[in-house]
Amino acid sequence: MAKVVSLAVLLGLWALIAWLAQSPLLPSPMSVGEMIVADTRSGELPFQMACTLARVAAAFAIAFTLGVAGGYAMGRSKLIDRYADPWLVVLLNLPALVIIIFAYIWIGLNETAAIVAVALNKLPNVIVVTREGARSLDPALDDMAQAFRFTWQSKLRNVVLPQLAPYLAAVSRSGLSIIWKIVLVVELLGRPNGVGFVLGSSFSLFDMTRILSYAISFVALMLVIETFLVQPLERRTNRWRRNAA
Amino acid sequence: MNDARTAGAATPLEIRIDSKAFVSAEGKPVEVIRDLRLQLDAFSFGALIGPSGCGKTTILHIAAGLDADFTGERRIPGRGRLGMVFQEPRLLPWRTVADNLRLVLSPDESLDRLDGLIETLGLGAHLSHYPGELSLGLARRVAIARAFAVRPDFLLLDEPFVSLDVAVAARLREELTTLTQRERVTTLLVTHDLNDAIQLADKLFFLSTRPASVAVEMALPPPRGARSKATIDEIAREVGARVPAYMPDVTRA
Ligand SMILES: Nc1ncnc2c1ncn2[C@@H]1O[C@H](COP(=O)(O)OP(=O)(O)OP(=O)(O)O)[C@@H](O)[C@H]1O
Ligand SMILES: [Mg+2]
Repeated sequence: MAKVVSLAVLLGLWALIAWLAQSPLLPSPMSVGEMIVADTRSGELPFQMACTLARVAAAFAIAFTLGVAGGYAMGRSKLIDRYADPWLVVLLNLPALVIIIFAYIWIGLNETAAIVAVALNKLPNVIVVTREGARSLDPALDDMAQAFRFTWQSKLRNVVLPQLAPYLAAVSRSGLSIIWKIVLVVELLGRPNGVGFVLGSSFSLFDMTRILSYAISFVALMLVIETFLVQPLERRTNRWRRNAA
Repeated sequence: MNDARTAGAATPLEIRIDSKAFVSAEGKPVEVIRDLRLQLDAFSFGALIGPSGCGKTTILHIAAGLDADFTGERRIPGRGRLGMVFQEPRLLPWRTVADNLRLVLSPDESLDRLDGLIETLGLGAHLSHYPGELSLGLARRVAIARAFAVRPDFLLLDEPFVSLDVAVAARLREELTTLTQRERVTTLLVTHDLNDAIQLADKLFFLSTRPASVAVEMALPPPRGARSKATIDEIAREVGARVPAYMPDVTRA
């Protein structure tokens, strides 16, 4: 309820200031809403959002898979950790923009480069968090699984993943929000479609109505995904905790 | 070290630990066990008794094959199908009681096979609970059920009766005797309680303190599990006479 009121107030303020300013640089909520409806009807908005969303999904899948595997290996093996850690530090400290530029220059101005650049930006964070989780795995439960001859699949499913779940959930949440922001930059710099591309071209035309329409639509989409996909998943993995003493 | 698993059912349990050391916080190795020998006939019941911190749990972990970092040798009985009750319950907190038990069964078995066990241990009303919702005593009973559930031919029990109420513990002792005799399980029990040991075991191993080894070994007259009060008292007196004073809590019992 408080959320609704707070958003309504924000919308009201926006309408008021837009009305007072009467400037093309701050379009009214009405005109933004009209453009969202029109572009949705024409299919333009859904198409651009789908392009961006596909990149988000691909980059997320790659960063998550590689990062979890790498982070787990580094958390479990001191040797691997010692050798891989310097790379990790370098990757962690490379600015997103540098990675994007390198990817476009070395791989070319194409889809692969775009997705690799985004995944590489997210990867070190996934590794760091997963490594933390892997280090905190309870050796007592390892012993239990070994004593009772758990198969590796059963051990993974019943012993390891439940312990990693909070870390993986945290990574997915922060991952999604970081990734979609970087995807917009990547699109702005070198893709012929996607929300980032639209924002870039509208920027050069000072088309504030379009910028706001696309930005708001995409943020809303991400919030929906977060609320209806990520959070329920998180709740599910934490179900056993609810009644815990 | 050697890890020999001999085929055939009637192999005895043989553990020889020439030396077992842990690395201390300062990075120095600390020897906790030296020249320790345990021999237990197939299908018989041994009890390990020793002061707190002497190395009983460490010995069980070595017997279970969980700790290979020692010099010596280990031979385990039968097919080596192991059932183990750790000193703490070690249940999976994110799995219900039923799932914790189901996980040690083979995939084609159902929980129905454990009905009797679940009944004896009073777990029926708790199958859908998570371990975090159980009292410690209940969690221990689940751990015991889990160890029995695998139909072990080799059973390791680390102080399983601690924090159980008297009636449950008594029922469990009976169940333990029946089960180990009927299914011919070779069992090693760690306990602080001399009465438990005398009641249940064929053989007692009294451990010395650091570095631990077997100080006194005593074979008890059969039949185990059905000794009268008089016999138990008599054995306790003999223990008092044979086991040196470094274990006052045991000799007092
Ligand atoms: N992982 C470890 N690292 C370092 N020292 C250890 C480790 N495990 C056990 N020890 C030490 O080895 C000794 C034996 O420990 P162990 O747990 O086997 O004793 P215990 O006889 O089972 O004790 P209790 O009766 O309290 O259960 C103790 O002094 C303990 O501090
Ligand atoms: Mg112990």
